[in-house]
Amino acid sequence: MNLEPRVDPKDIIDYLLHHQSRWLAPGPRSDIVISSRIRLARNLSNYPFPHRAQDKDLVEAREKIYSALERLDRFRDRWFIDMESIAPVDRQFLVERHLISYEHTVDGLGKGVAITPDEGVSIMVNEEDHLRMQVLVAGFDLEQAWDEINLMDEELSEHLEFAFSPELGYLTACPTNTGTAMRGSLMMHLPALVITKQINRVLQTISQLNFTARGLYGEGTQAFGNIFQISNQSCLGYSEAELLGNINRIAKQIIGQEETAREKLIRTSRIMLEDRIWRAYGLLKNARIMNSAEALEYLSMVRLGIDLGLIKEVQLKLINDLFIIIQPAHLQKISGRRLSSRQRDIKRANILRNRLNQTFIKPDMDQEERGNV
Amino acid sequence: MLCDICNKNEATVHLTEIVNGQVVEMHLCESCAQEKASQMQVPIGFQVFLGGIAPEKKSGGAEKTEELVCPGCGLSYREFRKMGRLGCSECYEAFKDYLVPLLKNIHGSSQHTGKHPRKVAQSVQRRMRLVELRKELQKAIESEAFEEAARLRDEIKALEAQEASGGEG
Repeated sequence: MNLEPRVDPKDIIDYLLHHQSRWLAPGPRSDIVISSRIRLARNLSNYPFPHRAQDKDLVEAREKIYSALERLDRFRDRWFIDMESIAPVDRQFLVERHLISYEHTVDGLGKGVAITPDEGVSIMVNEEDHLRMQVLVAGFDLEQAWDEINLMDEELSEHLEFAFSPELGYLTACPTNTGTAMRGSLMMHLPALVITKQINRVLQTISQLNFTARGLYGEGTQAFGNIFQISNQSCLGYSEAELLGNINRIAKQIIGQEETAREKLIRTSRIMLEDRIWRAYGLLKNARIMNSAEALEYLSMVRLGIDLGLIKEVQLKLINDLFIIIQPAHLQKISGRRLSSRQRDIKRANILRNRLNQTFIKPDMDQEERGNV
Repeated sequence: MLCDICNKNEATVHLTEIVNGQVVEMHLCESCAQEKASQMQVPIGFQVFLGGIAPEKKSGGAEKTEELVCPGCGLSYREFRKMGRLGCSECYEAFKDYLVPLLKNIHGSSQHTGKHPRKVAQSVQRRMRLVELRKELQKAIESEAFEEAARLRDEIKALEAQEASGGEG
């Protein structure tokens, strides 16, 4: 039993603000696959599902889950955040880092999240289900994510009694998750398929094969920055290994198509592509006002430029990080105050300019970044 | 870009929905998006849609099925059809006749073949054993190992009797 005091949520958020998530580092095939994620849904057998539970039950179930997590050997380093204890901007900040879902920011009481300092593991408590565990790793590596989450799930199932039926598998609030209750997703950067207008055909094929494609921030979001999340739809009737095998096969197809589209672009319209990439880079390094859709679009082009070997002085890791920190809550946390939409656009341009110019010159830029917004 | 609803503020929230295979995009300002989210809880009316495709009644069954209520949490099948979300793990047993076809519809199967938790209730353990024994029995019959089949059949019968009496034996 762990008796150390729990860390103050303010300190946790402050720590996260100054550190990069482990999954933003380069990994296998990170020219196309940014990260791999596996999510398992679990419920406690003797409590109603969260949307039907009383506040008292939610708080009690949350504490039960936290203390079970505190007993896990492989979860020594972890922090807990109760949603009702943090400000809306901090909740949004966690959404932007992919640690919690948008739904988890609404109606805070009884909701919580457990995370590891490297942000590889996050466990939402009392979201749609009592537990929504996720493991995020860099690049194309669902096997690594599975090994981690499976061990955690095994150990946790010794301390908590999960709602389970031998016929139907893990029982979840929504029947779309019943069974393995597992969703494997890959965050893929597919600019060439978008530029060559093949993306809709690819996405349609994916949905016919019972997979879904979503935007950067999950369910119901627009695919900004040419980033798509591909995940399995069905999760009953297949073993976890079969499901992951299917996702891997689909992902390899998509990677192949993106590669072909990139090669074709270079062959047939090299100068146009180079122009687009360098213009994007120029705008990011010089603009004074930049909205988020625009920034994501240019970052996507620069990322492509790095992958194609055109832009050599910028690291992939930096671009991945910028995708995260140019979002509204991040900009406000960095500034330490609330910003209007226009102020955010100025701050965003400021940060992009600084970080991208910092790669080779101007040590005094930090000053400007903190300064006038 | 202006918000699709109020046409006044700048759209900062972007939703994509696939309706009948067509991609529909919506661009909303923060306040309209919040209003929309509070109307439906989930960004897209998916839960409602899901409940809507759940069967209204058992094929050949009585009309009164919508009054079916889960003894665990008090959720009625009618409410489930409205919300698309179940109330507790017992709902699965209470609404079984309707959920099994729905699960087949969603996943293409209604038989779990994945992992199981290390610790499960005794009654669940018994049912897991039953699933296994039935598979073994099938195999024994197919390979004409009748003595083995008879032994398995007896074991299954004994477990089923325990199951029916709800005993924890």
